[in-house]
This record gives sequence, C-alpha cells and structure tokens, in this order.
Amino acid sequence: MKRNLLTVAAVAASLALTAGCAKKAPEQLPPPPETDTSTGADTGGDTSGGVGTTVLPGSRQDFLNAVGQGRDRIFFETDSYSVDDQDRAILDTQAAWLQRYPNVRVTIEGHADERGTREYNLALGDRRANAAKNYLASRGISASRMAVISWGKERPEALGSDESAWAQNRRAVTVIPQ
Amino acid sequence: MKFMKFAFLLAFASPAAAQLHVDVTAEGAEDMVVAVPVMPTDHPVDTVAGTTAALGRQVAEVVAGDLRGSGLFRPVGPSGVREIGYGEVTAPQFDYWGGNGANALVQGSVQAGADGQLTVGCYLYDVALKQELVRQGYVVGPRDWRRAAHKCADLIYSRLTGESPFFDSRIAYIAESGPKDKRVKRLAIMDSDGANHRFLTNGQSVVLSPRFSPDYKQIVYMSYLGNRPRIYVYDIGTGRQRVVTESVNQSFAPRFSPDGRWILYSMSVGGNTDIYRVSAQGGPSQRLTTSPGIDVGGSYSPDGTKIVFESDRSGKQQIYVMNADGSNQNRISFGGGAYATPEWSPRGDLIAFTRIAGNFRIGVMSPSGGGERLLTDSWQDEAPSWSPNGRVIQFFRTSQGRSGRSNVWQVDLTGTHERKIPTPLDGSDPAWGPILP
Repeated sequence: MKRNLLTVAAVAASLALTAGCAKKAPEQLPPPPETDTSTGADTGGDTSGGVGTTVLPGSRQDFLNAVGQGRDRIFFETDSYSVDDQDRAILDTQAAWLQRYPNVRVTIEGHADERGTREYNLALGDRRANAAKNYLASRGISASRMAVISWGKERPEALGSDESAWAQNRRAVTVIPQ
Repeated sequence: MKFMKFAFLLAFASPAAAQLHVDVTAEGAEDMVVAVPVMPTDHPVDTVAGTTAALGRQVAEVVAGDLRGSGLFRPVGPSGVREIGYGEVTAPQFDYWGGNGANALVQGSVQAGADGQLTVGCYLYDVALKQELVRQGYVVGPRDWRRAAHKCADLIYSRLTGESPFFDSRIAYIAESGPKDKRVKRLAIMDSDGANHRFLTNGQSVVLSPRFSPDYKQIVYMSYLGNRPRIYVYDIGTGRQRVVTESVNQSFAPRFSPDGRWILYSMSVGGNTDIYRVSAQGGPSQRLTTSPGIDVGGSYSPDGTKIVFESDRSGKQQIYVMNADGSNQNRISFGGGAYATPEWSPRGDLIAFTRIAGNFRIGVMSPSGGGERLLTDSWQDEAPSWSPNGRVIQFFRTSQGRSGRSNVWQVDLTGTHERKIPTPLDGSDPAWGPILP
C-alpha cells in the first residue's frame, strides 16, 4: 500500500494574491482619523451662537437659530416614514428659511434605530429623508437644491437601547453646509 | 496529560469496530477523539517560514484547531501527546493510540524540497480498525503552510462526515472600533480561522457589506467615501478600486452571482428601493423588482437561476424568491414578525435568514419556505453567511446598550455548536467565501 504522496496543484494564484495584499495593506492598524469626514454634518441641533460671534446669514448657524432648538429634524414612528402635523410645522419653518436663501443647497439625512437589519435600515432611512424632501418640495423648495443620504442605523444620535433612544434616532435631519 | 483524561472517559464509550463516522446533523456529536501528534520532518530545514520541525508542530496545531472549531470532534494534541518518529507516519502504533483513548489518528510530515517548496503529508487512521482511511500530500510555498494545514483538516473532516470541505477558505468582514455614534469601520479579510488578518481600508469612510468574488480576486462592498454612498469593487491584487454604477442615487447591498459575471445591488430612487443587476465588467443596469415597497438585498441560488430577497411589499419584511431575470416573484416566509437578510446555502437546500420577532435570531428554511428552524437566540443576531459547504453559518451579534459592540459568531446547523470568531477588533457583516481555488 505504499503510494507516493499526491501533489496538489501548486497555489501560485493564491501566492500572487497574498503578495499583492501584503504590499497594499498596512502592517499595523492605521491610526484613527483625526476628523471623521464620513460622518455627515449632523450637528445635534446646537443652536448656541456663542457670545460675540457674528452669524453669517444663510449659514448653518443662521439656519439653526432660525428654526429653533432641535427643529432641524423630524422624527418617525417604528418602521414608518409618514410625516405628521408636528413634522409639517417644523418643515414649514425650515422651508421659510430656505426660501430666504435660494442659493443654499441642503442635504437631508435619513436615519433608523438599531432595531432593524442594516440594509433594510438604509432603505428605510432613504424613505424618511425623501419624505422630508418631498414635503419641503411641496412648500416650494426646488428638489434640485436638496440632496438625500441615508445612514440607516450607522449614526445614532442617542446611544441607549431603549424606546426613548430609538425614538430620537428615527429621524430626518436637514443639514446646511457650514 | 489532557490526553490521558480522555482515555479514561472513553474506556466505557469506545465501541468496537464500527466505521468511524460523524453525523453533522446530530446534536452533541463531539465525542470522537482525534489524536493529532506533531508532524515530524525527515531532517530539519530552514525555510522563510521557520524550520520544517517548527512547522510540523504548527501545522498539527492548525489541524487540531480547525477540527475543534467545527464542534464535531475532540482533538487532542499536538501538545501533551507523544511525539512520533518520521518512520512512524505511515506505520502508526495503533495499540498505543487505542490504549490512550483515540478513535481516530491524524499523522503527517513536513519536508522542504530543493526548490524551496514544502510538502505536507496528511494521513487519517481508524485506530480501532487499525486502518488507513485517507491520505493526501500538499505542496505549498513555505509561507502558505497554513493552507496545507487547512487542506489536511478539510480532508479529515470530509472523510469522517461525508460533507464537503470548508476550512480552506477566507472571510471578508467589517472591523469595528470606536463609540456607537462614531463607529469606525474598516474592510478586512482573514482566513476561516481568523489567521492572516488584514485591513484593506483605513476607516476614514464608513464601509459596509463586503462580498468576495468567487475567485477571491475582488471584493465588492459599499462605502460612504466622499459622503456618496456607492458600491465599489476592490481588486485585492492591485489595491485599486472602481465604482460599479455611476448614479446620484444611493446604492448598497452588493452581491456577486455564483459565476462572478453579475453584481446584484439595491438602489434607492426617490425613497423607493429596488434590486438591480449589472455586469461585473460594468455597463447598464437592469432593474429586477418594481414594487412600491422596499425590495432589498438578495442572494443567488448556487446554480445562478434564482434570487432570494427581502421585501416589505406586504407591510412587513418578508422573504421572496424570483428568477434571476426578476420574473415570477413569490413570497416564501409567512411566520409572525419579520424576516430579513436571506442567504441561499451553497448546497442549495436551505435559506438562512434573520428572524425579527422580539429578538433577532438566525434561522434556516427550505427554498420553498418549509421546515423553518431557529439556530440562535440572543438580543440581536443578524446577517447570516454560509460556510462553503453549507454546514456552518457566520453572523454578527450586537450587544444591547450604549456600547452596542458587534462581533462575528458562527453556529452549525444543529444550533448547538456556537462560538465567537476571534478578531483583532470588533466585527460585523461577515461574508464567507468559497473553498479557495
């Protein structure tokens, strides 16, 4: 029963692949980014202008001051993207400001709570952002000024795993450039 | 030492002379003791990966680790078991191993050739029957010694279970660090046992949902690079990447077809998400779903003729199957709660999914929707990915609360062998590739 060891095909392809990788990939963990440029511009609705600073008309700070604390965003029920009366009142205020500054372009960020699967939540966040966008458009804001982006559950505002945190995270935020 | 302990246990259990076989569908089957001594070398040679003598120990460690990780065997060694001589590799001392409680014996050898290549020999013996069951040799570059070890473990696993191999494969996933509201996510790859870990992106942009191409040359994934969430194909050999579809619309959830010719993806247009496919070479996209609900994700059947996907067109997320051209869409999940992230087994016989009913749990059902079984029970388990042989499922488990940390786990189809996969950082979105070419 003496057989020679069978020779399995050499793994040249995999060697090439491995060598290629080793060159491209860092040996050590890359340092964390100094500023996370991918986080979007969700500022959490901070409306403090700061003493002695001038707020530029048409700026993000001007928008936040004009719409009021926490009113750069609307919130949604679980799995829902419907806009209710309270949301419409908030979006009306946003629309009024946007009409004063017709050259300002905005991004509407859609978000979901953590109690959904990742990819479905990306689709749900897009629905929510578009619900806000469509209402603003119905108030006369040109759709071409409004971009949407969905973050799904990737960027929660509140960190807890409870209904109050989830309610804060199911949101569409209107973001003005800095 | 450890070995002797098992010897005592098995004095009662070991039956005479039945053919060694492990049933992967039986619960609690991990009572087969497999001895894995150090694999000797004919004479020690220095290689770029260490001496052949050192490699003989490392190969045996990887083999034993793979077998242990499957949950189906009780490997003992190479530490704590007797070292064998080179001449013994093909002439095992069955009485010794049998007397010490082993049911099966894995022996092997490591040699370096004049061309610098390693030859790893791998032999499996039935100790009670005093019989060789299977043997194989693997010729690899010294730096690829782990692949020879995984091949050896696959040989043993396949011979003892009758199942297809799965250890010699890789996993792409998302490495996670940082706080819940500013999570840093990097594309990363590793071997099926967590070795040879590499980061492919630096974490500047959020990246999600990677998938290997069937030939392992590319990874398709979604990135928020430049705040434009789109799908990219990353070429592992060159490190270059390209955008799959040019569109102002957000695209995500990419999947390769089994033949690598198509990329399935989801795209949101004006609030409505549908599933599309595009040639992996680029070109125009074809829309496969048109419902006003969210149609998302998707996974090809192994023969490429069908796609299982998720849709909330009925009101809640449910699982549907359609032909690869989008025709003939039929719902297959009807239980309470919601169903998400369906993934077709590479064997074709099962669909894995996330069941949302209170907790998020991983389950399987047949492609026609019957025979549902839940395999895990935790607060939030999500996004199953199949081992190449369709017998093990990886997924990620997220902890409840302000840390919200995620880790990669795996479970076998019995639901009893569940373990966390060791990764340097936290992890999510595991995607298991096929057996390496």
